Amino acid sequence: MLRLVSSVLFLAIWWIAALFVGGAKLPSPPAVLEVMIAEAASGALFLHLGVTLARVTLAFVLAMSLGSAIGYLMGRVKLADRLGDPWLILLLNLPALVVIVLAYIWAGLTEAAAIAAIAINKLPTAIVTLREGTRALDRSLDEMASVFAMPRWRAFRHVVLPQLAPYIAASARSGLSLVWKIVLVAELLGRPNGVGFEIGVAFQLFDTPRLLAYSLTFAAVVLVIETLLVQPFEARATRWRPRAA
Amino acid sequence: MRLEVEITGKTFRSAAGGTHEVLAPVKFALQSGEVGVLIGPSGCGKSTMLRIILGLDHEFQGRIARPPKARIGMVFQEPRLLPWRSVEQNVRLAAPGVTEAKLSELFRILELQAHRDHFPGELSLGLARRVALARAFAVEPDLLVLDEPLASLDDALAGRLRDEIATLVASRPVMTLLVTHSIDDAIRLGDRLLFLSPRPARIVQEVPIAIPRAERSETDLGRIKAELAALQLESK
Repeated sequence: MLRLVSSVLFLAIWWIAALFVGGAKLPSPPAVLEVMIAEAASGALFLHLGVTLARVTLAFVLAMSLGSAIGYLMGRVKLADRLGDPWLILLLNLPALVVIVLAYIWAGLTEAAAIAAIAINKLPTAIVTLREGTRALDRSLDEMASVFAMPRWRAFRHVVLPQLAPYIAASARSGLSLVWKIVLVAELLGRPNGVGFEIGVAFQLFDTPRLLAYSLTFAAVVLVIETLLVQPFEARATRWRPRAA
Repeated sequence: MRLEVEITGKTFRSAAGGTHEVLAPVKFALQSGEVGVLIGPSGCGKSTMLRIILGLDHEFQGRIARPPKARIGMVFQEPRLLPWRSVEQNVRLAAPGVTEAKLSELFRILELQAHRDHFPGELSLGLARRVALARAFAVEPDLLVLDEPLASLDDALAGRLRDEIATLVASRPVMTLLVTHSIDDAIRLGDRLLFLSPRPARIVQEVPIAIPRAERSETDLGRIKAELAALQLESK
């Protein structure tokens, strides 16, 4: 309910602002909606959104699985931590733009280069979060699993993974928002389709209604995914915690 | 089955760089069906000894002979349950082979029926201890290790749980090692009492109790206690 009020308020502020500024710089909500409907009717909106979502999914899955595995390893094995740490610091502080540009130069303006570049941007934060999670694992529960001779996989699934779940959820949450941002840059710089490409075109034509139509639809999709996928996962991962009354 | 413990020493390097001797030479053996009790002052190295016996700590001098396929049931000082799994899942994860009948019986004896689906965070310490006991017994262990399972419980509850432990230990042939501060627990549950010295721990005295556990009357217990008190004085 409160969310609805807050969204309506946002629309109202936008509308009023549009009335004052007017014209091409800030179109009113109906004008943007009109573009949205036109783009949807032609199919272009879904095509670009779909392509962007596919890139996000691939890069996100790649970065999360690889990052979690490396982070877990670095949290468990001291040698891996020592070896990996300088790389990690380098990756963490490398600007996204540098990674994207270099990827396009070295691997060409290809799909693989785009996805790899996005994944590389997300990778270090996943590693850092999971490494922290692994370091915080409860040793006494490891000992319990070992005394009761739990097979490795069962111990991992029931003893280790639930302890990592909040870290995975946090990393997914922050990672997703990072990927949403970077994917558009990668598309703008070197892909012939996707929301980022469309925004680039709109920028060149100073076509604000089109720019807003694409970015708002994109934002709406992000919101839906956050509420339907990420939040339920977080809630499930922490359901054993006694809730505050 | 037989457990042989022959530790010749264990040192521990502190953060400050010094080395501390935690265990002096300790040697004892435990038969199937026998309950050995380790009694000693706090911090004497009992927990270290248990960790070595359980195979959690390999950095020691000496040897532990444990039947290679011996199943271990352990009750830790803190219950060490998985907070994100229900009571029943906690038991089943440690003992995947347990039958429904066996599980129901254990839950009945330990009065846990009503708590099967609860999470450990919703249990009192006394209940969590009982879940830890259920878990240890559900694996049908060959070696049962109880590390102060009754500490910080009120007397009435500790007494009841002690009786339950006695029932469960008597129900099958198992080598049991009990660590406790309480002479009462020791003489009610134990067959052989091993008194440990302050750190570095060594066995000061080994006292077998001749009367079988089930046949000890209150007068027997009183007499044994008095004898132990006399022995303690003597050794000082």
